[in-house]
Amino acid sequence: MSLQIWIWIIVGLTFALYIGIAIWSKAGSTNEFYIAGKGVNPIANGMATAADWMSAASFISMAGIISFIGYDGSVYLMGWTGGYVLLALLLAPYLRKFGKFTVPDFIGDRYYSNVARTVAVFCALIVSFTYIAGQMRGVGIVFSRYLEVDINSGVFIGMGIVLFYAILGGMKGITYTQVAQYCVLIFAFMVPAIFISIQMTGNPIPQLGFGSESTDGVYLLDKLNGLHQELGFSEYTSGSKSTLDVFLITAALMIGTAGLPHVIVRFFTVKKVSDARKSAGWALLFIAILYTTAPAIAVFARTNLIETVSEKDYSTMPYWFKKWEETGLLKYDDKNNDNIIQYLGDEQLNELTIDKDIMVLANPEIAQLPNWVIALLAAGAIAAALSTAAGLLLVISSSISHDLIKRIINPEISDKGELIAARVSAFFAVMLAGYFGINPPDFVAATVALAFGLAAASFFPAIVLGIFYKKMNKEGAISGMLIGILSMLFYMTKFKFGWFGGGSSEDWWFGISPEGFGTIAMLINLIVSITVANFTASPPEKIIKLVENIRLPSDDEEL
Amino acid sequence: MKNNKAEIYWKKNLRYLTILLSIWFLVSFGFGILLADQLNEIQFFGFKLGFWFAQQGSIYTFVILIFVYIFLMNRLDKFYRSKK
Repeated sequence: MSLQIWIWIIVGLTFALYIGIAIWSKAGSTNEFYIAGKGVNPIANGMATAADWMSAASFISMAGIISFIGYDGSVYLMGWTGGYVLLALLLAPYLRKFGKFTVPDFIGDRYYSNVARTVAVFCALIVSFTYIAGQMRGVGIVFSRYLEVDINSGVFIGMGIVLFYAILGGMKGITYTQVAQYCVLIFAFMVPAIFISIQMTGNPIPQLGFGSESTDGVYLLDKLNGLHQELGFSEYTSGSKSTLDVFLITAALMIGTAGLPHVIVRFFTVKKVSDARKSAGWALLFIAILYTTAPAIAVFARTNLIETVSEKDYSTMPYWFKKWEETGLLKYDDKNNDNIIQYLGDEQLNELTIDKDIMVLANPEIAQLPNWVIALLAAGAIAAALSTAAGLLLVISSSISHDLIKRIINPEISDKGELIAARVSAFFAVMLAGYFGINPPDFVAATVALAFGLAAASFFPAIVLGIFYKKMNKEGAISGMLIGILSMLFYMTKFKFGWFGGGSSEDWWFGISPEGFGTIAMLINLIVSITVANFTASPPEKIIKLVENIRLPSDDEEL
Repeated sequence: MKNNKAEIYWKKNLRYLTILLSIWFLVSFGFGILLADQLNEIQFFGFKLGFWFAQQGSIYTFVILIFVYIFLMNRLDKFYRSKK
């Protein structure tokens, strides 16, 4: 069967599955719409969190990025997994014990202030919008690449599907579709990885494979380091970024992960506090399967690629080379007219430019796997993009219908009214996200990574201090959040968009990149919060009782 | 009696957090970043050890840490609920 038919069949089947689940899990109340009625099994919630978490970028681009930067790619691997330890130990169980619907709910109640709540809503919207715009674009790109439609039609199809199941099912619908999406995406990611690992090292487990000997008896990584040295690239297993920057970026990504509202809110959906801990563990386990495979794929793909193209005659290139050349993701420029491909570290002499996305997308073809595997990969990439977009959408809609309308503007609103408001705001959020997907502002790509810095600089200290520091008061939290997010916005706009005088990477303060600055902004927030709290009135007795209460396991839990 | 128990519960919880987060810091920021160059001198199967910690070992440790935490806290919860 031809590839295109396979893709339509497999992608079509997965769509039918998602829509079927949405109809089955229609939400009937705000409780179901925001937090799936608190009835989600912790393992299912772990899968849903993993799918929510892993975006099209994790699925398609991450292995490719690592493949080009080697050790430096570790910041993403450690940063996007280590945050779950912080989540599980410092946030999830306490927020679940607190037991409301959203992150601004916690901030507003803990800091007994609608100003704090409003600041939190504002932060949640900034973080989620920067993130979702990139996702809708990703949906469009994936659709266009696989379904042979243009990117805009791809965005429309994606919007339609997300709209249907997010508006109908709310958190409940999203959770159960995400469970299905996780299964699709992990299967799609692992199948080619396992095949290639067997081909290259004889070991079916990719995580072990890339530390094994390749077919010629040399350790694969030693061979790759050797190839890199020969061709003038920097050594694969050591970094070229400064240690300080690697440290700070990793920390910013970890802390940002723990502060992202669409991740935190997932822990409100389980039945009890102990389940919140459990689902954090399962979520990380499910994420780790992909995150430990990605660096293996990176090494396989890199070695495979160099061996296939380096110093080879252009006319002997396999079929996939020509095919990806047509898409523009692979470019060959025969600078010295010898018809032989020179792939070198030296920019002046190098003749081949390779887009990072190829490493995952072309992998099945490079390894000569059957068409259904490629179709599976398409379905997996689409699942990854849709699940993340849906999760973010829910945060945006609940921020508006619950935190703004119900808690601040019109507390008298009925549950039914609020549910309608939630669906209407989800609708407008999809439209807005779709608009950004079709007309991507230049800064989207730059800011997705920075969404983590923003989350780290705003939410993380406010929530952690709210739980672990009883004396923390509203004055401290509000000033901390504001100064934290503003300093992050300042540094990011200065060095990414050239505002406030701009500057290049040489002007970075102490060589700290904007991505790594999230850690510094988080520390600023922390220091400001604690200092201000010590000079202003202690929180009321009622709040201290609330903090004491969320620190303890609930009394009725085992019933 | 109840307050006393709550206090012990919280103190133990903080101790678990300190230990587990120290390990969390050690395997990632320690072995994976600050000491990576030194550890890279050591060969671990086909890997340089620092590189392995940065791209594999730290992630495995994170997963184990959360499951250890789940176990410890479930035990602590039981203690808190006993003889109430």
